[in-house]
Amino acid sequence: MQDLQLLDAIERFLRGEMTPEEMASFEQLRKSNPEVDEKVVEHTMFLHQIDQFSEWKNFKSSLNDVHNQLLKSGDITEEAPKATVIQIFRKYKRVMAVAASIAGITTLLIAGMATYYSQKKTASDLQRLRGEYKQEIAKKTNEVYNKVQARITKGPENTPVKFGGTGFLVDGKGIIVTNAHVVTGSSTVVVQNSRGQEFRSRIIYSNPETDLAFIKIEDADFRSIGPLPYGIRKSGTDLGEQLFTMGYPREEIVYNEGYMSAKTGYNGDTLSFQIGVSANPGNSGGPVFNKNGEVIGIITARQKTAEGVVFAITAKNIFRSLEEVKKDSTYQNIRLTLNSSIKGMERVQQIKKIEEGVFMVKVY
Amino acid sequence: MVQSVKTDSTDEKALLKGLALNDRKSVETIYKLFYNMVQTLIINNNGSTDDARDIFQETVIVLYEKAKSGSFELNCQLKTYVYSVSRRLWLKKLQQQQKFLPAVNGLEDTVPVDEEVEGHSQRNSEFQMMEKALLHLGEPCRSLIEAFYLQKRSMTDIAGHFGYTNADNAKNQKYKCLMRLRKLFFAEFKNNNV
Repeated sequence: MQDLQLLDAIERFLRGEMTPEEMASFEQLRKSNPEVDEKVVEHTMFLHQIDQFSEWKNFKSSLNDVHNQLLKSGDITEEAPKATVIQIFRKYKRVMAVAASIAGITTLLIAGMATYYSQKKTASDLQRLRGEYKQEIAKKTNEVYNKVQARITKGPENTPVKFGGTGFLVDGKGIIVTNAHVVTGSSTVVVQNSRGQEFRSRIIYSNPETDLAFIKIEDADFRSIGPLPYGIRKSGTDLGEQLFTMGYPREEIVYNEGYMSAKTGYNGDTLSFQIGVSANPGNSGGPVFNKNGEVIGIITARQKTAEGVVFAITAKNIFRSLEEVKKDSTYQNIRLTLNSSIKGMERVQQIKKIEEGVFMVKVY
Repeated sequence: MVQSVKTDSTDEKALLKGLALNDRKSVETIYKLFYNMVQTLIINNNGSTDDARDIFQETVIVLYEKAKSGSFELNCQLKTYVYSVSRRLWLKKLQQQQKFLPAVNGLEDTVPVDEEVEGHSQRNSEFQMMEKALLHLGEPCRSLIEAFYLQKRSMTDIAGHFGYTNADNAKNQKYKCLMRLRKLFFAEFKNNNV
């Protein structure tokens, strides 16, 4: 109870609500009683604290008021914090740039080194391959030579082969078509199949204008292979059509792929057409097949000044020439196959079938 | 140019005077002048809009306390001062949150404000203690104390409002409450200081 009275007195004293007499007696009390004096100081401080607290609270609430009001009136805007990723990006922009360029340079360096060394490697590979290739050829020729020696050569003895070319059967009984330029000026013609067997043959027709020649195998060793797996196509071929060739640019049968490039041949020759395929000496007279395994042409020449420009005689000419051949009654029974039996087969299978119909033509 | 600088500084003085009196116009002006700058600072340094609001208000409170003390002599632009204080406050907060401290970036110059910020945080903690003590006081003591000491309402008014038969009874009740508040506050104070 005393404390309460004291508190009241202190507050009234601080607010100056005391009468002068009261004030004097209160001052007297403080002086005489140190305990009271201490309490007065303490409470004064506490009241001051409360005062400040109330001011602080008031100010804070008015700040909040102002904030909300200004936000509403649009004088200030709360911008949304940027996404953390963007912040991180902003912060580490420079570091990232440096890292990225280092990575880029490293990549380029590695890529460059890889290309540099791999190029070298390929080059040496090629070199080696070429070496092996040569050796292989040498070996092969030796082998062939030995074999030929071992057997009885079908060609005339001590006479070198003059030319070589390719031909293919148009009748299983042994009628071969090749280029006229392959067989012109020959004394003897020998054909050799993909297994290396040789057969003596005879030219039965040759026309330098169409550059077509028919030869007939006349050898006791030859057995008819029956119906041909491939047909001969009478109609034309469309541009861009896929095609493949087989021939003997070397001692070995060689397969090649290409496409129909133009419907006419060299200088607009309508008897032949242009194909995009690689061909080499020895390919002459070789058949050109479409994807169905039909003969659409016979390779005759390539343009020296351009790469991959090869000309072939259209297969239609075979029919025309055959009319001429048939004038001789001995060859009345030659039948051309029209339909290919290997249509729709996989290429590898087609080749296996075709292979036995394609011959190397050796001219002595 | 010189003219404008002079008017600026007198404007700022007037502004601070208004602020010391908790004049709404002055508070608004300060808000308009500096809020966006502080907000940009906070947001560019890992803060949210709420952080920006807190920091800016604390900065204004520092300014308010300084202005009220009357001994405040501004020897730089007000903008620089505000920027420095909020920067210091934000750094402190980041430190307390133990977040990774980036070099808080900003092109503006800063002035040393450590003293102000230290004093402010000291008072701030005292105010928080008071708030806590009030919270623990319970009703009706809290309302009674707040009505008398914070809202400065008269004793008779309070007696009528709270339903005391006369002002003296209310006063007695108030003193009892005040005694308890004092106890709570000093207990809190001790707790925090030990």
